[in-house]
Amino acid sequence: MEAVAKDISVATDAFGGNKIEATNVQVYYGDAHAIKDVSVKISERSVTSFIGPSGCGKSTFLRCINRMNDTIDGCRVDGTITLDNEDIYDKRVDPVQLRARVGMVFQKPNPFPKSIYDNVAYGPRIHGMVRGKDETDELVQSSLKRAGLWEEVKDRLLEPGTGLSGGQQQRLCIARAIATRPEVLLMDEPCSALDPIATAIIEELIDELRENFTICIVTHSMQQAARVSQKTAFFHLGKLIEEGPTEEIFTNPRDKKTQDYITGRIG
Amino acid sequence: MSNTPSDHIVSSYDDEIMQLAASIAEMGGAVETAISDAVDALLKVDHATAREILAADAKIDDMQRDVDDMAVSMIARRQPMAADLRMIIASIHVANDLERVGDMAKTICRRTLQLDGARLSPKFYNGLRHMTDLTLRQLKDAIDVYTSRDITNAIAVCERDAEIDALYVSLFRELLTYMMEDPRNITQCTHLLLAGKSLERAGDHATNIVEAAYYLKTGKNLAVLLDEQRSKG
Repeated sequence: MEAVAKDISVATDAFGGNKIEATNVQVYYGDAHAIKDVSVKISERSVTSFIGPSGCGKSTFLRCINRMNDTIDGCRVDGTITLDNEDIYDKRVDPVQLRARVGMVFQKPNPFPKSIYDNVAYGPRIHGMVRGKDETDELVQSSLKRAGLWEEVKDRLLEPGTGLSGGQQQRLCIARAIATRPEVLLMDEPCSALDPIATAIIEELIDELRENFTICIVTHSMQQAARVSQKTAFFHLGKLIEEGPTEEIFTNPRDKKTQDYITGRIG
Repeated sequence: MSNTPSDHIVSSYDDEIMQLAASIAEMGGAVETAISDAVDALLKVDHATAREILAADAKIDDMQRDVDDMAVSMIARRQPMAADLRMIIASIHVANDLERVGDMAKTICRRTLQLDGARLSPKFYNGLRHMTDLTLRQLKDAIDVYTSRDITNAIAVCERDAEIDALYVSLFRELLTYMMEDPRNITQCTHLLLAGKSLERAGDHATNIVEAAYYLKTGKNLAVLLDEQRSKG
């Protein structure tokens, strides 16, 4: 594995600046060792997908990046994860501030039981990022536009967000996540509850968002990983098995486990 | 890195991969026979056999279409990845090359039909016969490399193509000499020369097949690798 790990850093550097660097990350849920010594670098302004069978640790690892695991009792994270070379697990780091910089979109669209407008305005308001109605209006509009939802909702901003279709709700969640102007966007299977059309719209959106954000996406669809990401990391039984340019991972992976997984030989 | 087909979670996927491989092997056999029979018919100026081979080429074309259909259907339904994807892409390439070799056999048969009933002088066709032996060996080895997925001999087989090319050049000179000796030889020698050219091209397709096998097995391009080796000296 060590030899592979060395190769990985070479491949990663080819993509330019690293936004996130994880080094020897271990995650324990009580006695269960969920993530085993994962080291990976995530390039700035690109999409990195995490793939692997259920229970391989890809979502757990994703949740380490904005300290969502802090909210789980008995969960312990060792090793270091840096965002712009700052340790995000440092005692001085406020997880709430961190999560404003590292936004997250979940598998199931989870809009607040509030209006479409308030769903987007909520984060910027509590972080004190907007003052007055005009500024808030502008941010809500620009966030909804970037999420590709503006045209569909501009005439009913005060209706509840939960009244939208699944795909629209997910785009609302993306608008909500980007409203706080994060640098990193984490997406945990953002399309698994959506139909193919809504999925295509989200994928198109991911492609546009990567100009401004560093995106990490967990997906069970290998075709989706192949379509949307520039780099792919394959997890298996809590370990990072292989990581590299997406095209290489899907046409000529180096590791047999990766090959077996992506060709449908292990599940 | 490549897997045996027999371990997909979905076993019908394995069946399809095996069927695709079997189709290529069958097509390879048909093409080898076509070339061998076509040259025999040419040297004997056997019009009846030449016509049979011409008619049988439609079957080889059908086989290629079947491989293409199977490959397209697998890509659409299975979304193949990595070694499986390379295997399917390689099958499309190899079927195309084999179909082209079938066309070479057809071209040779057309030459045969152009010749009148007179027997050819063995003096004229010894070179061509030797070239046929080499081309057939090359085709057989290429198909073996592909079907066995064993690329140990891949580079050796590719480099042997130079022997066929050299043989074609010497055949050209030899036949030219006969034509200069006696202009009445021109018709026969020209047809033999063009048949030689067809064999030379069949050899090139054999090289392509080995390259496809190499790609299937390693994901790398053998032609690029050989060029790099040559430029390094």
